[in-house]
Amino acid sequence: MLSYFSNPQRFDGLARRVIPLLGVLTVVLLGTGLYLSFFGSPPDYQQGDTVRIMYVHVPAAYMAMALYAALAGASFVFFVWRHALADAAAEVIAPIGAVFTVLALVTGSLWGKPMWGTWWEWDARMTSVLVLLLVYLGYMALRAALEDAQQAARAGAVLAMAGVVNLVIVKFSVDWWSSLHQPASVIRFDGPTIHSSQLWPLAIMALGYTALAAWLVFYRLRSRTLVQRARQIERRKLQAARKAGPEAGGAA
Amino acid sequence: MSEFLAMGGYAAFVWPAWGISAAAVAGLVVFALAERRTAAERLRRLERDEA
Repeated sequence: MLSYFSNPQRFDGLARRVIPLLGVLTVVLLGTGLYLSFFGSPPDYQQGDTVRIMYVHVPAAYMAMALYAALAGASFVFFVWRHALADAAAEVIAPIGAVFTVLALVTGSLWGKPMWGTWWEWDARMTSVLVLLLVYLGYMALRAALEDAQQAARAGAVLAMAGVVNLVIVKFSVDWWSSLHQPASVIRFDGPTIHSSQLWPLAIMALGYTALAAWLVFYRLRSRTLVQRARQIERRKLQAARKAGPEAGGAA
Repeated sequence: MSEFLAMGGYAAFVWPAWGISAAAVAGLVVFALAERRTAAERLRRLERDEA
């Protein structure tokens, strides 16, 4: 499948059909999620209405991690098979992942203050998520700093793959160290331990964020093909100008 | 209504959390749309000049 879509025309055809679908899905899911989060679910018996922060916090944290996994996966595909599309996907995914990581940190902080009594604690979960943000930012900075596009792509891929270590630490930090943060209650071997009235808004918000992120990635990848076509024309013009150069500027 | 807005006394935490999330989602979408418009305009200009 990967080699099938490494053909730019075929990818463009797929993206053209998938983008409107994902757009509609995003609007419907986030609309439903918003309704369920405020009107379709009760206040928590211990946490009161602060539980409604969970419906934006957990999906944001999940996206921060899922997008990093996608970034690392795309980097791996690029590194091994040199698929240009995989590199383009990695480049496009990184800033989206960084935004969701910021959201996870800020909404977590806004939830931590009323429930834990602190905005921030340097414990394993919070610190490793902060490191995740720094890895995203480092990846973007590295790519921006290297002028040679191929070099930037390869260095970025190596950094993204190395950062997987931190992703594993984020996931298991709540089991390996004692943390203010609760352990997993949705993605567990023995099934979710969260009540269905809270699981539904959570799941739908998470799906909505997933659809949104997928829309963003496909939409931005198509924008990139326009930029690439523009660059090709500019290169052709430059070559034409060089050829015409000696005659036009022959006097010198 | 005001009871709903009060969020059981946690309005100062619930609304900013949702507010920043909505702003970030809107920001990502607006950026992607603007990026497309800029790219499409640049390509259109170049194609017109070339023709």
